[in-house]
Amino acid sequence: MHMQGQTISNPTPAEPAAWRAWVAPVLFVAVWVVLYSQLQRATDAFMQLLPIAADTHLYGAVSFFVFEVPKVLLLLALIVFVVGVVQTFFSPEKTRAILAGRRQGVGNAMAASLGIVTPFCSCSAVPLFIGFLTAGVPLGVTFSFLVAAPMVNEVALALLLGMFGWKIAMLYLGLGLAVAFAAGLMIGHMNPVKLVEPWVFELPAVSHAEVRPDWAARFAQGWQHVREIVLKVAPYIIAGVGVGAWIHGYVPQDFMAHLMGKGAWWSVPLAVLIGVPMYSNAAGIIPIVQALLGKGAALGTTLAFMMAVTALSFPEFMILKKVMKPRLIALFAGVVTVGIIFVGYVFNLVM
Amino acid sequence: MTSIKVLGRGCANCKATQKLIEAVLAARGIEAEVEKVEDLPSIVKYGVMSTPGVVVDGKVVHAGGIPTRAQVEQWFAA
Repeated sequence: MHMQGQTISNPTPAEPAAWRAWVAPVLFVAVWVVLYSQLQRATDAFMQLLPIAADTHLYGAVSFFVFEVPKVLLLLALIVFVVGVVQTFFSPEKTRAILAGRRQGVGNAMAASLGIVTPFCSCSAVPLFIGFLTAGVPLGVTFSFLVAAPMVNEVALALLLGMFGWKIAMLYLGLGLAVAFAAGLMIGHMNPVKLVEPWVFELPAVSHAEVRPDWAARFAQGWQHVREIVLKVAPYIIAGVGVGAWIHGYVPQDFMAHLMGKGAWWSVPLAVLIGVPMYSNAAGIIPIVQALLGKGAALGTTLAFMMAVTALSFPEFMILKKVMKPRLIALFAGVVTVGIIFVGYVFNLVM
Repeated sequence: MTSIKVLGRGCANCKATQKLIEAVLAARGIEAEVEKVEDLPSIVKYGVMSTPGVVVDGKVVHAGGIPTRAQVEQWFAA
């Protein structure tokens, strides 16, 4: 009795075997693989239960919806989890330390790549901007980061991978990095330090000690990332796939070819100009984009549209006004817009 | 009395963080002053680059994302 009481009230202070942290993630991946590999069969079985003739528009639309929604959610859950874990290795503090004092060029390339893995939300764009500048990260390098972080993110990549395959996901990744690199390089070349509110440079550079998380904490962060993102994004995906399913089933095959096809030279700038004021996350836009592509829209035009929607947003500009003069925001938006249009044209030419 | 500051400009995560801290404090019967800091230069002065950040007795204990309940409990464990 006495012994038992002691063992319960006095467990060895939290040192569970390190491998225990891996049990849940490994199980998760195993279950995921089984589910994903059986998805097509499950969809077919489900569609046979429905009283819809197989060659109708309705059948096409419904089967598209029933297959795509779980597929995209599954991919999203896996990639968001992995990215959530990876992000625990790249805090903004660490990224800043890596980038501080880098020269143009190398610094821009590193900033763009770190933008993918460093956790970023446009609500903390300003503290991050100030934190980078006060620590001695050059202005142009900071901009490369600010362009890449929202545009090339895990949600966008997960969705592109799920709906278009790895080639297009990689192309988007590469081109997104290229735009971020070039835009930061160009802005850095002009070095518009005068267009940053002067009080920013008067702030002291502060950094605080960081605790190094163990694997259990990293995985916990991964789960939390999944909860946060998948729950937030799921309604957009369902709505987006719904619209996509309708287009898939009912809009004639070459309908978009005239509007967004390669033939129309003005389609790229138009798509970008429509995309800039639109504020949506990748989740809402990709399923629709997929359906448009299926109906003859050109790939470059479509990807340019998507980049414009995700990379540039008015709410973020409003926040940045606290630290940048309007001319600098305009320069930032202008350079990135031109970069995206250029990428759209190149893409249409090559593909 | 412990002084706690939640740094962040009114995003959903910041509010959730503040609620969580208040819930833990109430559950443990700890009296503390929880203050929300929204003013940008003040946030940056703590060296926090991703909000929400949490400062306990002048020391930054957390930055970026909603902390877990276990983390919050650890800050007040001593």
